[in-house]
Amino acid sequence: MSQLDIAASAQPRLQRALVGLAKSREITVAAVLVVIIALTTFKSDGFLFSSDGWRNLLVSPALLMILAVGQAVVIITRNVDLSVGSTLGLTAYLTGKVFIQWPDLPVPLVFVIGLAFGALLGLVNGVLIAFGRVPAIVITLGTLYVYRGIFLSWAGSDRVNASDFPSSFNELGTKAILTIPVVTIIALVVMGLVGYYLYTARSGREFYAIGSDEDAAKLYGLPVTRRVLLAFVLSGALAGLAGVVYAARYGTVSSGAGLGIELQAVGAAVIGGVAIAGGVGTVWGATIGAVLLITINRALPVWGISDFWQQAVVGALILGAITLDRLYSRRQERLLIAARDLAHAAPTKVGTAS
Amino acid sequence: MKIRNRRLSALAAVTVVASLALTACGSSDSDGGSSSSGGSDGGNVSVTFLPKNLGNPYFDTSDAGGKEAVEAFGGTYDEVGPDTATPDAQVSYINTAAQQGVNALVVSANDPEAICDALDEARDAGTKVVTFDSDTNPECRDLFINQATADGIAKVEVDMIAEQIGDSGQIAILSAAANATNQNAWIELMKKDLAADHPNIDLVDVVYGDDDDQTSFDKTAGLLESHPDLKGIISPTTVGIAAAARYLSTSDAKGKVALTGLGTPNQMREYVKDGTVTEFALWNPHDLGYLAAYAAQALVNGDITGAEGDSFTAGDLGDFTVGKDGTVLLGDPYRFNKDNIDDFDF
Repeated sequence: MSQLDIAASAQPRLQRALVGLAKSREITVAAVLVVIIALTTFKSDGFLFSSDGWRNLLVSPALLMILAVGQAVVIITRNVDLSVGSTLGLTAYLTGKVFIQWPDLPVPLVFVIGLAFGALLGLVNGVLIAFGRVPAIVITLGTLYVYRGIFLSWAGSDRVNASDFPSSFNELGTKAILTIPVVTIIALVVMGLVGYYLYTARSGREFYAIGSDEDAAKLYGLPVTRRVLLAFVLSGALAGLAGVVYAARYGTVSSGAGLGIELQAVGAAVIGGVAIAGGVGTVWGATIGAVLLITINRALPVWGISDFWQQAVVGALILGAITLDRLYSRRQERLLIAARDLAHAAPTKVGTAS
Repeated sequence: MKIRNRRLSALAAVTVVASLALTACGSSDSDGGSSSSGGSDGGNVSVTFLPKNLGNPYFDTSDAGGKEAVEAFGGTYDEVGPDTATPDAQVSYINTAAQQGVNALVVSANDPEAICDALDEARDAGTKVVTFDSDTNPECRDLFINQATADGIAKVEVDMIAEQIGDSGQIAILSAAANATNQNAWIELMKKDLAADHPNIDLVDVVYGDDDDQTSFDKTAGLLESHPDLKGIISPTTVGIAAAARYLSTSDAKGKVALTGLGTPNQMREYVKDGTVTEFALWNPHDLGYLAAYAAQALVNGDITGAEGDSFTAGDLGDFTVGKDGTVLLGDPYRFNKDNIDDFDF
């Protein structure tokens, strides 16, 4: 890292600024988000200043934020979890069925059940991937269909309706503390906990090491199997949590719940600067990516852009993010080579420059 | 009880197939077979209901209506059906019913083509075939009980929204998928109706929730954000209206923006009771089954043949006349509101 900094200071100012900007992807994405919110509010002030607008701004992305955190952890270890949409749906339906069976169950316990059930489904992924040594994309694509299949045969054409949930649970979807919706607080707490762990804990840093170079991590003696397993259990548990949140927010659960949301979660992580090749990115970046993705989807209709174009805009965002990644990593590669050459050519001069 | 019934009839179906294969004989031979519920002499008409699948609250309701009608005219009622609504799953049940020599079969077809051969065989064996809810090709059945016409559905939705917003103001439509045939046909008719009879109602937007709870929910939020002066939303899809009601019930727009469309009572009960939704429509599946049963009886007794212009009486529902292509129309869609919603469970 220090070598890179030395090299960067040797570059022209504009280039340095660009590198700095691209390096802090989180700040870039957050800035884009602020601009979009500002412009949309300018167009229709209810977008931010009405109580509905303020609440929707905070509550709509919550579900995807939770999923994006789990997905980010998995992608950082150079894997991917495509089964989260099915896990979410299955857990949401389970939540409904649990309430139909025991209407008086305390709400926090239902959240625990959701987390545990999701973790179990995640464990299946983790075991197959970590021990079976099969690429995660294949395993989780398989479990995506398996879990969805179980869901379909369990639910059939049946659905859970809002009237099946106790009202204290239904209210959770809109309840707010100091104008911040509870659901959003849950998502922020998840982000904070997982982000703190990844950033500060030794085992948290090992996720990055594994994603950067699994073989090197193994040679170094890191518990690769255990960490990958943990990443998938975490992703599954968070998808389970998102399932309970889904039930609370939407009130209706049919067998289509969560269909296709896994790709949004991957998209959110990528937009937020989590490199799909692993080892790079932060949980907070993925979260802000999720907020951007959802907010753009909500802003486009206000701008009068038709339904049909909205997905294209999201696609363009993902392509843009990946292009930015590629440009950045190529630049970094070049800088590293330059730094190495510089260090070999004149070690004393560089030393004084720093 | 149901499960045992199904198992039994599945077993019977296997037996029938096996016996047909072994003896390679026609259906006339089997008339005197295992007909436990048969016997068309006098008023004892046996009617078997075959819904798309069992355990579906919609068909539970329609078949309960059928049962009530059959019991009212003193016939024998039975219900059989597959677990899942797949195209060919109904064939074995049709074969069994024909084998048992039931007088009439009331079917909601999973596929307009796939069950045609089986129905033809049953009709050759003397069973009258009435379809309801979902038709087969017209050649394969005697009568189709149509729950509603596109015109009727479009009109009731426009009428309801006009009543609820005082016949003037901005409205929007929350539809299913952009390529959904039914919804698009209804939307076209609604647009014509609005232009002709409701000049003060301005349809400002049509959005598509893809019959997905989450998408429909988010599109409703988007509609309210992009059209601050919106006064009403029509959602001609059961998934859409429930999701829109869920969003409205938790927003400032509750009670200010009217919502109506096609929905089922179980999905909408909560929102009708909390005042989010005043009235929505659908046909009444109970009446649909009830009418189908009486139509079946009229066919069996020879009161009608299924020709255009034939008319018959369906108990409490009154008189009905057979229309074009052997179709009987149940009537205008049924409106659900807080006064009657608790009478339904589907």
